[in-house]
Amino acid sequence: MNANITKIATGTPSERRKAEITKDFIKSFSIILVFLAICVLFTSLNQYFLTWNNWLNLLRQSSINGILAIGVTFVILTKGIDLSVGSVMALAGMLAANLVTTGNEHLVIWSILAALGTGAVVGLANGVLIARINVPPFVATLGMLSMARGLTLIYSDGRPIANLTASLRWIGSGNILGLPVPVLIFFAVFLIGWLTLSRTTFGRYVYAVGGNEKAARTSGISTRTIIAATYVICGLLAGLAGLVLTARTTAALPQAGIGYELDAIAAVVIGGTSLSGGRGSLVGTLFGALIIGTINNGMDLMGVSSYYQQLLKGAIIVLAVIADQIRK
Amino acid sequence: MTTGSVTFDTTLHSTTGHGLLLEADGVAKAFHGVPALRNGHLKLRPGTVHALCGGNGAGKSTFLNIVMGLLRRDEGSIKIKGEVVDFRSASEALDHGIAIITQELSPVLEMTVAENIYLGREPKRLGAFIDFALLETQAQKLLDDIGFPIRANARMSNLSLAETQLVEIAKALSFDADIVIMDEPTSAIGEHEAHILFAAIDRLKHRGSGIIYVSHKLSEIFEIADEFTVFRDGNYIVSGSMKETTRKELVTHIVGREVKVVEKERPNAGAPILLEVRNLSRESEFKDISISVAAGEVFGIYGLLGSGRTEFLEAVYGMETPTSGEVMLAGRPVPRGKPRESIKMGMAMVSEDRKDSGLVLSSSIAHNITLSALSLMAVSGFVKQQKEREVVEEMIRSQRIKTSSSELAVENLSGGNQQKVVFARCLTTNPRLLICDEPTRGIDEGSKQEIYAFLRDFAAKGHGVLVVSSEAPEILQVSDRIAIFKAGTLVDVIDGHGATQQMIMELAS
Repeated sequence: MNANITKIATGTPSERRKAEITKDFIKSFSIILVFLAICVLFTSLNQYFLTWNNWLNLLRQSSINGILAIGVTFVILTKGIDLSVGSVMALAGMLAANLVTTGNEHLVIWSILAALGTGAVVGLANGVLIARINVPPFVATLGMLSMARGLTLIYSDGRPIANLTASLRWIGSGNILGLPVPVLIFFAVFLIGWLTLSRTTFGRYVYAVGGNEKAARTSGISTRTIIAATYVICGLLAGLAGLVLTARTTAALPQAGIGYELDAIAAVVIGGTSLSGGRGSLVGTLFGALIIGTINNGMDLMGVSSYYQQLLKGAIIVLAVIADQIRK
Repeated sequence: MTTGSVTFDTTLHSTTGHGLLLEADGVAKAFHGVPALRNGHLKLRPGTVHALCGGNGAGKSTFLNIVMGLLRRDEGSIKIKGEVVDFRSASEALDHGIAIITQELSPVLEMTVAENIYLGREPKRLGAFIDFALLETQAQKLLDDIGFPIRANARMSNLSLAETQLVEIAKALSFDADIVIMDEPTSAIGEHEAHILFAAIDRLKHRGSGIIYVSHKLSEIFEIADEFTVFRDGNYIVSGSMKETTRKELVTHIVGREVKVVEKERPNAGAPILLEVRNLSRESEFKDISISVAAGEVFGIYGLLGSGRTEFLEAVYGMETPTSGEVMLAGRPVPRGKPRESIKMGMAMVSEDRKDSGLVLSSSIAHNITLSALSLMAVSGFVKQQKEREVVEEMIRSQRIKTSSSELAVENLSGGNQQKVVFARCLTTNPRLLICDEPTRGIDEGSKQEIYAFLRDFAAKGHGVLVVSSEAPEILQVSDRIAIFKAGTLVDVIDGHGATQQMIMELAS
């Protein structure tokens, strides 16, 4: 590593360029190494861990948190936070479910649009509060966490909605070419999100606004619009996650998604995205979500009590961030 | 250093007679095998102000950090008052009478001036309760003694940036140090405050302290320093007496070659008006200002801190919305308060503070350069990578940005190179009018001249430049015409060819 830094400073141009690239590689891929290390550990502890079926299961379990975490990454990159995603999931799931129960048979597409629309509208409300009225993101979304939960309870009168049509349930339990639908949705969202952040002007502006809002404004970027848009994206994906959760549990529960925002934020942070904005990537978030999923899955396999699981998961989150600090 | 009554002693300090306060020789330091300092050498005499000069990357900061105990040296020797020392922490250095004033401000905003000055050293009653009355008296006496016009009981958050810097200075002086290191102490303060500081330095000098003074502003060094030492590329180059050197000679030592001073030619008379500002006002900041910039002209604005010069520029560019008046670019009105529209119409702004509003430090050089013009390089929202790479490479070449890779985060670059990235970003949108607020702040002499040459060239192509600077020599060197701002009003517009430093300073104060 030292020799590498020396090359950056003193080597010939081509040597320098190579050294830079190696450095970048190490930087963005340390999270993958952590993930692999955890996999190796569980493989050695449990023979069932490294089987195809278990991995399908693990990916299915990670997909809802993964979809949420991708949305939250956009928000955190702009130096914001969204605490309302768990409640938005429940509200979106409830509205979506009500359209496709027996006796209330609409096409499933209306159900999907209702979920996404609900998420987007709540996200827009967050965005307007934060970017227009200058309410701090923590406060605005904390308020929304409570309001969206309240709306869910009022709308459902505290009762779950079951008897969903098969087409909606398929979103949670179906397969395409042997792959579970939630996993395919997760990967599709990741791909679109990754392209957006790394290849589009909007993605660049997200990084610029989070890195230095004033400089972004000086450079002619409509910073308020960009910030509001990230909350809309985050809300939209929370709506999608709510739809998948409802389909998987085959019922919309008024208490669904409680505490999900914390796992989503944890995935983003483990993935190396900075809470102070401007730095991070969706590749990191993808592996952050997979690490959390793997830990849950591995400990389930080993029969660790869920009380200990909580404790260990917390410790691993803190350790991941410490490792990140040391690397820097 | 005691926690008791610290007064500002005006008598000669009890040092060891005529000996040197500080003597450093052969000091070297490398980071990961890369030498940052090869041969640091400096002799500080009591009762003198010693200017430590050098460009960015000369090794000054490394050297000062070693003297202050923030870094350990690899080689060489440092003697303080004849005693060989090797500090392991800043508090050890402080115990040996070394105090530092840095450009980084760290005030506790919710406390008073007095509480900030004696933070952690408050006088106490019964060993536990802070004696606020004594604290305030003590602080007020210190401030009065050094001649800073600040109330000790004022809340830090109500102070201006310049006053905050003065409080930091007072805090360093309250340690009653023999050796005071000042690293760019005037970078955040205006000329008026700078002169209050210089008077305080003078008093320090007369009581026998030695001051190591670092500044990129050469005119300041010639005003207050007695001796100088030049570092270049980590090596000691030369020392001498300020009286026996000239500005040109000193610059040659710092840069390592003779620097050509940019010559300016008069722009064509009768060139069309590019920018016209009519009766622009913004509540309590500036009022009723009308100026015009012709194509091919560099128009300078000179004024002290608080004269409304920065606020005026920001209103012209659209960062702030003016309360009345209008701005026309090439005959078309510029929408108010919309930098995005201003850029589209052909303006670009190099703002006052690179870190605050010029650059996204965490992003790469490439991403910073193309930030303003990204939509021009995109098709349906997707950035054309090949096109972007070409623009970035062209800008790195034409602006002479020194870097191994365009993927490097901007925070790793030196100040001069960072400023070139800001210019590059502004140029990608092909502006007709470049607005610059303090374009050379914190930049070494060699890079400054490059920027002056660039501004003159830019104007010579038939474009316009509107530039604000608090450094009189700078404004005189680049401007065709100079507007003088004072307390939010336009005092006069004078011809930049033939104006003198005295003329503009008198008009401004």
